[in-house]
Amino acid sequence: MTDRPHPILIIVAALVYVFLMVPLVIVVGAALSDTTYLTFPPQGLSLRWFTNIFEISAFRRTIVTSLQIAFLGTFLALVIGIPAAYALNRYRVELPRWLGTLFVLPILVPEIVFGFALLKSLTVGAGVPIFVALLIGHTLLVLPYVVRVISASLASFDFSIEEAAISLGSAPLKTFFTIVLPNVRAGMIAAFILAFITSLNDVSVSLFLTGPGISTLPIQILAHVEQFFDPTVASVSVLLMFLTVAVMAVVERTLGLTFLAK
Amino acid sequence: MTQPLDINAVSAHYGTTKVLEDLSLSVQAGELVSLLGASGCGKTTTLRLIAGFLTPSSGSIRLGGRDLTQLPPHRRDIGLVFQNYALFPHLSVLDNVSFGLKQRGVPPAERRKRAMGMLERVGLAPLADRAPGALSGGQKQRVALARALVIEPPLLMFDEPLSNLDAKLRVDMRVEIRELQRANGTTSVYVTHDQEEAFSISDRVAIMNAGRLMQFDRPETLYRQPANTFVARFVGFENIVPFKVVARDAEVVTAETSGMRIRLSQTAYGPIPDTFLLASRPDGLQVTTDLSAKGLPATLGLRTYLGRAYQYQCETAAGHLVANGSLTAPLESGTQVRLVPAPEQSCILATEGGR
Repeated sequence: MTDRPHPILIIVAALVYVFLMVPLVIVVGAALSDTTYLTFPPQGLSLRWFTNIFEISAFRRTIVTSLQIAFLGTFLALVIGIPAAYALNRYRVELPRWLGTLFVLPILVPEIVFGFALLKSLTVGAGVPIFVALLIGHTLLVLPYVVRVISASLASFDFSIEEAAISLGSAPLKTFFTIVLPNVRAGMIAAFILAFITSLNDVSVSLFLTGPGISTLPIQILAHVEQFFDPTVASVSVLLMFLTVAVMAVVERTLGLTFLAK
Repeated sequence: MTQPLDINAVSAHYGTTKVLEDLSLSVQAGELVSLLGASGCGKTTTLRLIAGFLTPSSGSIRLGGRDLTQLPPHRRDIGLVFQNYALFPHLSVLDNVSFGLKQRGVPPAERRKRAMGMLERVGLAPLADRAPGALSGGQKQRVALARALVIEPPLLMFDEPLSNLDAKLRVDMRVEIRELQRANGTTSVYVTHDQEEAFSISDRVAIMNAGRLMQFDRPETLYRQPANTFVARFVGFENIVPFKVVARDAEVVTAETSGMRIRLSQTAYGPIPDTFLLASRPDGLQVTTDLSAKGLPATLGLRTYLGRAYQYQCETAAGHLVANGSLTAPLESGTQVRLVPAPEQSCILATEGGR
């Protein structure tokens, strides 16, 4: 009787890790290559494709746009999604069931259809400027994640706690901020990360909503690959990976990642 | 500081369902009144109406001189103790208790002093800096009690506060609640489905059923003199038999049911109307094998052992009855006996239309 896992289990687990990690290793390797074309294993070692990212103005601009859209879109989604999730849980009995489903629709509809619909209605139909259309599109895209994650942490919230605060003299709106929000803090942070990363990586919706002069990083990567075969694409990918890892590391340090699994 | 509560002809609906019908109830200043009944009887609805989490469809609720009916819940100044404690998980025990004082603009130093004083009284001062999650059920409920009491509310309400505790702790806690309530003289409304709990700590008990008040009286009165068959059954008068008076001879009344006659003394039962219901507890029917005794002829059925007595299922011409018999002489199924009502364990109820 021992706690050691079976050797076959260890081998399978190792294979899964290899399967997951190899593409990433290849991308990192390709990004460090000194050649003017994508290759693996890298020939020579150089960071010049990393500096090249910032020499191409389209990359500089789209990185900024992507971060702006991700931050603003996530922020808007939280502002709309948190009260929505609260209402859906607080008045679960009173509200019709389809209302909850409504907030999940953007996930259920194929993203490509969703993107096309937004193009037709916002850009073509209403003549909304490109940046605003992108922002609205991304807000709607990440809203379901926010509502779902916040709902999950509200599901275990006992609303009699809220009533206790009210009975002790705290006005309902104040109670929401001083009692309800602090108890769904972990859910809010999880929702933020999930929404931020979803927005940052989105292709399908952005593909339809980007336009002349304004694009996002993933779309720019696609455009770049169509014209060039140099390792810049690989180095941008590595940069994105490290950005994500950095966000996760900050979260791990402050909260622990376990709450993401809840 | 302590104030009387007046509930005046209050009705409430959930959608189209009437959950409370024309309830009137007055709680005197300093009194502890329990609302007792099965789930769905309207007791929790009543509490939520008083707290302001529900709005009555008609009627009014007054506390002292104030009309609460239109007041939002956070301005009613009522201390609430919940079944699941409802402590703020992100605040320390001390911050939980001082929460209400903070809402009232009490300066921090005094806030701390008063909250600590209250924690002292419930014996939890050493745990002031703990998180609520680190407390036991009994400790949590003490914190909840301290949190409700520290704001010195004119009315304190309890919603099944002991239901989540184990049996032994439940008895200790109810004594503790009663002592604190007495010491503060706070008018209190206590919701429970547990008859023993309600009777043991209340000045008066309101027994409710299907959104209506069935009887509102002191526990002793409810226990001995129920006003109707619902309350009678609720407090353990399991045998309810209709009788008709056939002869009156000074103090002694001869009454008849299904062709069987018994003689009852008005000195023991009080004035007896011409038709009435005789309600008795299993202890209130003496089982005797003396077939000449003045009682109901019965055939014994199943015998069960209660510890303090044997209980018999009895078949009589008046229906199925339950009686307790002595431990010294267990009787077999099928034995012919007489059931003699004992006045101190039986009572007379007015006949109710349709029942």
